[in-house]
Order: sequence, then C-alpha cells, then structure tokens
Amino acid sequence: MQNGEFEPKLVGFLCRWCSYTGADFAGISRLQYPPNLVPIRVMCSGRVDPTFVVKALAEGADGVLIAGCHPGDCHYQEGNFRAFRRYPLLLKMLEQFGIEPERVRLEWISAAEGEKFARVVSELTETVRALGPLDWKGRTAPREDGVQQGKREVANV
Amino acid sequence: MSKPKVAFYWCASCGGCEEAVVDLAEDILGVVEAVDIVLWPVALDFKLSDVEALEDGEIAVSFINGAVRLTEHEEWVKLLRRKSQMVVAFGSCAHLGGIPGLANAVSRKLIFENKYFRSPTADNPQRVLPRTVSEVDGHELELPEFLHDALPLDEVIEVDYYLPGCAPPPENILGAVQAILAGELPPKGSVLAPDKALCESCPRNESKPDVVRIEKLRRVAFETPDPEKCFLAEGYVCMGPVTRSGCGERCIHANMPCRGCFGPTPEAADQGTKFLSGSAPLFAADDEE
Repeated sequence: MQNGEFEPKLVGFLCRWCSYTGADFAGISRLQYPPNLVPIRVMCSGRVDPTFVVKALAEGADGVLIAGCHPGDCHYQEGNFRAFRRYPLLLKMLEQFGIEPERVRLEWISAAEGEKFARVVSELTETVRALGPLDWKGRTAPREDGVQQGKREVANV
Repeated sequence: MSKPKVAFYWCASCGGCEEAVVDLAEDILGVVEAVDIVLWPVALDFKLSDVEALEDGEIAVSFINGAVRLTEHEEWVKLLRRKSQMVVAFGSCAHLGGIPGLANAVSRKLIFENKYFRSPTADNPQRVLPRTVSEVDGHELELPEFLHDALPLDEVIEVDYYLPGCAPPPENILGAVQAILAGELPPKGSVLAPDKALCESCPRNESKPDVVRIEKLRRVAFETPDPEKCFLAEGYVCMGPVTRSGCGERCIHANMPCRGCFGPTPEAADQGTKFLSGSAPLFAADDEE
C-alpha cells in the first residue's frame, strides 16, 4: 500500500505449459502491466484445487487468477476441463461465503498470448481495486469477547 | 480416592448427542460407577452455582456438545474450561459448527425475520423480537444475546480432544471415556477417530468403477439408491472421499450417502472445497467443447 492507496494483492496459478510461458512472453515482449500478481507455476490448471484458491484468499490475497491452456490444447489432454468444471461451483461457493465472485477469474492463455496475459492481469487488478480489499480475516475473525465480527448485516434487536 | 468428576453440557444442539450418551445403554452403568457426574443439564438438576462452587480444575473432563450461539453458551463453556482439566468437543456441532453452523451463510437479521415473522407457524402481528433486556411490571428481565455467528467450540475456548459425529456413536463415546479413565490418550488436539477416509472402510467400495463418471445428479429425496452400489458412481452426493471413517458406516447401511458428519480427513484442509475439487471433474458434460 503506497500513499495510503489500496494496491490489490493477486495470486496467479499459471499452467506450466501455456500460461506461465505466456507470462514469460509478456515479459520478453516488454509489455507493461500492473505488478500486483504473484505468479505460481503449477503443472496444469487441473492441478488447481479450489482449496488453493480459498487458502490464497484466506491468507491475504484480494483476488486469484487461474490460467491454463485453451480447451483442446491441454498437455494432459483434459486437465483444463477439470478446472473448467470446478470453476463455476467454486464461484457459487464464494458467493455463499459473501465473497464477490469477480475476485476469482479463470482464463485460457496460450504461450503465444503475452498480450492477453498482460490484459487479463490489468483487468483483474482494476476489478479488484474497485471492489476494495478482501479483508478475509476482518470478515471472519472472532472479536475479543468471542463474538464474531462479520461484515454481515446485524439485526437491530 | 474420590471418583473423577465429569461434566456434560449442551450449547446450540438438538439433543442428539445427549441421546447418544443414553444409547450407551447398560454400559452407562459402568461409566456412572467409575465417575462422579457434576453437571448434566438434560438429565440431572445442577445449577450454575454448583459449578461455580467447584475449585478450578476440579472437573476431570467436560464433554461439551453443540455450537456456541448465545452469550449464555459462551459464559458456560468459559466457566467449564476454567473448572476442567480436559475439555472434549462432543459431536459435529462442537467440533466444526455442524447444522447450526449452516446459519452462518445468512445474516442474523434474516434469521430473526424468518424465525419470528415469516415462518408458517409464526403468529406475531406485533412483530415482537427477543431482546436482551425487557421491562415487565417494573422488573428487568434478561435474555442471552444471539451471537453474530454460530461458532465451533475451539473458537471460544481451548479444546483438548474432539469426538466427531452426529451424534458420536456409543462405541466411540465408550472408547473415549475408557481411554480418558485409563490415561491412554493420543496427543492433545487429536480427533478421536481414524485418519482414513470413509471410502476405505465403506462396504460399497468394491462396487466403485475404476473411472467414476456422473451422468446424472440424483437425490435421495426423489429416488431410492441401489443398496449395493457406490453412491457417488450412481450420482448421489456422498461425502465419503473427504470424510473421516470410524462412524461404523451407519448411514451407508441405512442406504443413505455420507453427509460428512465426522469432519474432514487430516489431508483435506476444508471438507467442502476438497469435495468440490474431487467431485466436479466427475460430471460428464457433453457441452463443454
């Protein structure tokens, strides 16, 4: 956080074959994009357990990007389809938790799409910046007296 | 030597855990012989003052069931923690939040509105809501406050052991009590159930195909599952893959898929997301390409 302004912290799970290489390509091409995303290289977007996403959010990330090969291009034939099937359920679950689903994005980025990578990271950074800090701990941490302090509406009784 | 003192307490619970203690049947006589029960609100008449009169740490073990939902629960469990050498979170609600924990998905305001105004059995034209303090004929009456969320026991006090299940099976309760009396306990903080997933001890595990492919999602409310086949392979949501075993597969034997009451296996940090992760790719979808 600089000058008191909110800088989103993003975690990116990037598939080793396409999207991570795509991110490299964005760098090689000297494309400008926000430095907010911490990339984590995974073997396949199918390896990204929704638990990872929830863990990232619970431990301080404001948003998460999951990026893999385009459908049909998966190095492991169908790993990205697995990610694709989990994604809508994960969003639904986050929504039930009171977390804006826009914070988590799934994208197909090939090794040649450095430009797309830069664009997606820019867009996600701006989306999350507009939403503000996630503040998972503040939303879920028990207060000192043991009464849980949530952002949820409190009954006026 | 005087007998070790034991306390039972219930917070936001349905009474099923108390039922499970009674389900020890004649074995309960052996327990009662070995211990001195100093608190058991559902069965015996002890008051708050009786517990307050005890020395700190005088109770050998407190079994507490139910989620913490009211300030009253909070006060009681903090008192019991002070008076007890050991606290066991008894049952799913005390262990992880259980059914009362589902209420955390909605706001406190909505819970009150549904409960006191909208439910079919509510007849409340004056829109009366419970207050923490009300005045009646010059007297002040107090009610405990409804907390923002239903909390598992270990978010309020330190818990030594967890006895999972909804409700914990009588055999497990007896095993835990005997282990405590004999002083043969696993490391503090342990869940008193095996670490393996339910599938490993499931009698239907044999019928599971090599590749599970869910063609159609089914619900037990509308269809009767095949009594022999793996629920998940048939399309019924069964939490077996991510849930601890040790329950005796009671639901499975009653032809009901696992609801996950024993909580996550140690490998699954979060039971729900882990199940989501494992089950979502099993759905056969033809329109994805």
